Amino acid sequence: MTVNSVAMREAFGDALLALATDHPEMVVLDADVATSTRTAPFGKAYPDRFFNMGVAEANMTDVAAGLATCGLRPIASTFAIFLDLKATDQIRNIICYNNLPVILAGNYAGLSDSYDGASHQSILDLAVMRAMPNLAVIVPGDAVEVRQALELALRRDGPTYIRLCRNPTPVLFAGAEPLQLGKIRKLRDGHDLTIAVCGVPTFMAIEAASRLAARGVSVDLLEVSTIKPIDAEGLTASARKTRKVLTVEEHTIFGGLGSAVAETLAQRVPALMRMIGLQDTFAESGDWAALMRKHGISADHIEAEAVALAAAEIP
Amino acid sequence: MGSIATRPRLDCDAVVREKRRDKKSAMVQYLAQEFRVKVLDILHDRGTGHWGGAASAAELLVALYFDAMNIRPDDLNWPDRDRLVVSKGHASCMLYTVLANRGYFPTEELASFRLLDSRLQGHPCMHKTPGVEMSTGSLGHGTSVALGMALAARLLGKSYWTYVLIGDGDLNEGQTWEAIMAAAKFKPPRLVALVDYNKVQLDGPSDIIMPMDPLPEKLRAFNWNVAPVVYDGHNAAEVLASLDWARLQTQFPAAVIYKTHKGRGVSFMEDNAHWHGAVVDDQTYAKARTELLETLGKLELAL
Repeated sequence: MTVNSVAMREAFGDALLALATDHPEMVVLDADVATSTRTAPFGKAYPDRFFNMGVAEANMTDVAAGLATCGLRPIASTFAIFLDLKATDQIRNIICYNNLPVILAGNYAGLSDSYDGASHQSILDLAVMRAMPNLAVIVPGDAVEVRQALELALRRDGPTYIRLCRNPTPVLFAGAEPLQLGKIRKLRDGHDLTIAVCGVPTFMAIEAASRLAARGVSVDLLEVSTIKPIDAEGLTASARKTRKVLTVEEHTIFGGLGSAVAETLAQRVPALMRMIGLQDTFAESGDWAALMRKHGISADHIEAEAVALAAAEIP
Repeated sequence: MGSIATRPRLDCDAVVREKRRDKKSAMVQYLAQEFRVKVLDILHDRGTGHWGGAASAAELLVALYFDAMNIRPDDLNWPDRDRLVVSKGHASCMLYTVLANRGYFPTEELASFRLLDSRLQGHPCMHKTPGVEMSTGSLGHGTSVALGMALAARLLGKSYWTYVLIGDGDLNEGQTWEAIMAAAKFKPPRLVALVDYNKVQLDGPSDIIMPMDPLPEKLRAFNWNVAPVVYDGHNAAEVLASLDWARLQTQFPAAVIYKTHKGRGVSFMEDNAHWHGAVVDDQTYAKARTELLETLGKLELAL
């Protein structure tokens, strides 16, 4: 199958330009990485509505909050790791506590800033963001969902975190039903196990599920684009059917999608789980695809884990 | 027309203006002291809260809410209102006392300070307390938020003023200096920082905890328009004059530094870090209240 590949950051930059006219209240802030996050073209087209705040993420985030109190819709954009961790207090105490409609665009998330190394790889942003009351957490699975997430966040009466990756990945959802907040997207109906995936690894899970079908393993494949609020009903229905759930994320297995699914199911239906993601470790510099493979985030590893889980006995 | 224009100015205009200014100063001075008594009552009754920073900011908060700011307590979302961000959120009890007396909510509610289900949180919360423009408490946020509000005014073509009240602890925070740099870059009109510079922090004097002098020079080096004098933050006439200075400026961001005293009004509490947040016990309360009332009586005579 030949599919078009588009990077989420490109989709994000294009979406800003495309939505600018319909959303005159939208303003964009960046922390001296506008060229990388692709907010720069918006800044060029709308200089009055763009603020390059320098390398000062805490200030940027609170300036966005101040703008939001006056009726504007700020998008605070920088590398996810610096947004989430250098401005955690600002996100918690000013934006989320006050339920201000600021969009936090965490770019270069996961391992996607691969060559820059562990210092730039955002592997625990979901754990931090998911703990924030009032904050919606969206992890688009492709470029199409990036724009949809942005449109949805612009309409939302509260703060939204959107997780974006750097590298080109297959376009999966052109022409499909648009992303809905708090709703899983069912990609394949099956009964042997559930695979719940978010973000870039979605295309890997699709490929793995297709190979598994050829091997006689039937997968209930769910794309969980909203980590919070999570679709408890959709997850529970799937797990009640399969009793086995494999989660896949470009993030540490502590506090991200795997944890969110486990917390949801543990209170509703018993299910045996396995989690693919970083196993409580930092990563390193290198080619992105190779780095992902090294940490088991690949179609091959998803396939292998799924086969093992499907064969596992439920204790 | 010509004859009127050339007529010499009547001296009595100036006299009347001066009398009015004196009267206004006396009223601000009196209210600030009255609110100190109220704050002390609340902190004693509740057995929790911050006296030092609240007493330090009394004249400033009264001058802002009762004179300088263009506000409508009965129309909280009026888009053209002036904004004040109280970055030193631990002054909450004084802020609430000023807001209640300015008509934002019933003064009877002040007794619920820090109680469960109260609208008066330990530190200001914009979604609970009418009149609070921004939730604060974690130090260092206010200047950034105020910058955002001032940038919004420019973008939306509005002419409201944005004030931020910052204390020593705020100035310790790196974020405040990020905001100071950014404000000087974007230069939004009508952004004014007011520094309640009492130089005493929770653990002790700022000169020991984290020295910040020379503060005016630092702000000037960061390209702020800093008032040429450091004003006495407890002299109402000076505070009113300082806010007049700010409103006459054309260069922004502007900053006014006030020499203040933490715990102002009670001799044994002034400039004493212990009274940053210590519980006001019965014995202390009786002594402190007597002192505050004595001063209040004198100020009443000047009204």
